Amino acid sequence: MSIDTTIAARVAKLARIKVEDEALPALANEFNTILGFIEQLNEVDVEGIEPMTSVTPMQLRRREDVVTDGNQQDKVLFNAPDAREGFFAVPKVVE
Amino acid sequence: MSDLNKLTLAEARDRLRAKEVTSVELTEACLAKIEASGALNAFVHKTPEIALEQAKAADARLAAGDAPAMCGLPVGIKDLFCTKGVPSQAASRILEGFLPQYESTVTQNLFDAGTVMLGKLNMDEFAMGSSNETSCYGNAVNPWRRGNDDTALTPGGSSGGSASAVAADLCLAATGTDTGGSIRQPAAFTGIVGIKPTYGRCSRWGVVAFASSLDQAGPMTKTVRDAAIMLGTMAGFDPKDSTSAELEVPDFEAMLTGDVKGKKIGIPREYHMDGMPEEIEALWAEGTAMLKAAGAEIVDISLPHTKYALPAYYVIAPAEASSNLARYDGVRYGHRAKLAAGDGITEMYEKTRAEGFGHEVQRRVMVGTYVLSAGFYDAYYNRARRVRTLIKRDFDEAFAAGVDAILTPATPSAAFGLGEMSEADPVQMYLNDVFTVTVNLAGLPGISVPTGVSKQGLPLGLQLIGRPWGEADLLNTAYALETAAGFVAKPGQWW
Repeated sequence: MSIDTTIAARVAKLARIKVEDEALPALANEFNTILGFIEQLNEVDVEGIEPMTSVTPMQLRRREDVVTDGNQQDKVLFNAPDAREGFFAVPKVVE
Repeated sequence: MSDLNKLTLAEARDRLRAKEVTSVELTEACLAKIEASGALNAFVHKTPEIALEQAKAADARLAAGDAPAMCGLPVGIKDLFCTKGVPSQAASRILEGFLPQYESTVTQNLFDAGTVMLGKLNMDEFAMGSSNETSCYGNAVNPWRRGNDDTALTPGGSSGGSASAVAADLCLAATGTDTGGSIRQPAAFTGIVGIKPTYGRCSRWGVVAFASSLDQAGPMTKTVRDAAIMLGTMAGFDPKDSTSAELEVPDFEAMLTGDVKGKKIGIPREYHMDGMPEEIEALWAEGTAMLKAAGAEIVDISLPHTKYALPAYYVIAPAEASSNLARYDGVRYGHRAKLAAGDGITEMYEKTRAEGFGHEVQRRVMVGTYVLSAGFYDAYYNRARRVRTLIKRDFDEAFAAGVDAILTPATPSAAFGLGEMSEADPVQMYLNDVFTVTVNLAGLPGISVPTGVSKQGLPLGLQLIGRPWGEADLLNTAYALETAAGFVAKPGQWW
């Protein structure tokens, strides 16, 4: 399957990365090179093989359902590009 | 006392305990060397005040007789580890100015043992690269050169700053991380030792995530003994990482006997790649002969799905990266783009990520987005995860047949020149990890040991792959190989 500039633009949109129109042909080309490389996987017979979910046979641990952390508003907001009155500030989301 | 920065961890530890040297003296020697080595661009955030404070505290502990193995030893920390109050950028513009308000478990373990942090080390952006050329800080440079040729060479990647700093004796050792070969390939390119432990051995908490099912931290050191010492301090169960293994950490150093008599060493036939340089084949044959002479039994083995490891990796790793890197949105930390009048939240995300991420990171996030998108998830992502199951099965079968360790080349070539791959397509760069990436996909421990030099005078390394949780035995086999190879070459100082 070949990636054209329309698909490249759609992927960039999904990834929330702004790509200028003039950069799309080169990007589509790179995708095609990488996907061409990945196509080799189609040679492998994977019939009846489970997709790996965990590389070590282990069950995720569970812990007591109790609060173990919190009351760190200052630390949570410390690195925010824009924090006001104890909140993260962002541009208008709803028209 | 001169050249304290050239000591190994083991030598420095022994001299500290014998009161022949202090941690402050060791630390000052390294700090002076770092100041004089800007040309390598290895240290990108220096922390001399923290280092000297930690060194003084370590000297007090040593004086009181409370001295764990790493106490007082100055090391460098890869920029991927979050260190409290100290820039931790993953070599990305998007994390410019980020000051973590917490400490990663691995660095906390090191500090609890009295280890001294000299600063943060250069790397590929978000650990995505094999040459340290994707860093927002610029290239780290390999202290090794091709004889008298002054071409600047890559130290490898992604842990390129760590490799360069250890090889150039700017620090006694360094932390690295390895998702597809990012500890072992740079170690091989710079003539040092690097081990990627079994997945789950070192906590990932506080390590900036690239591909969570593959990422592991490990030490990069001058010797195998040093790797054993430092891994013992970095490793351990951590309830804050749900994939951290609840297992005892053995005394790795105590198990270095060098005795490999009767050990079965597998030589996988699929690792003889087409077009592999003759000197790499020769290095591998010599390493095989060394282990045989040391009493190991050499057996040919087959890992039939080897060829599919890189393509599977380049589906799984970008997929996980696209998900992990979604958090860089300009809201909670790091860079936010300047917005134009009328820009809303979507423009903020798109502009922030376009400005903050470098080209390779953008490319991988978008490839990951594509392979996870509706209609392609099964064809790409699920197929790659099935192939991953088969790759792990290959190793399981080799170990079930009695193989104790597997010997392979670490890299398909010696270090190449910075910029030499700039015209190549991305897949050419990815091929650097052809021998190492299988190990991440199977979650196994792997170690790179320098065993020879190329015709051009550059270091070359071999890789040993061990059983899951078998780091002690793996380190011992590596120790036997290191002893037999007797690699002592150092780069001539030009910087």
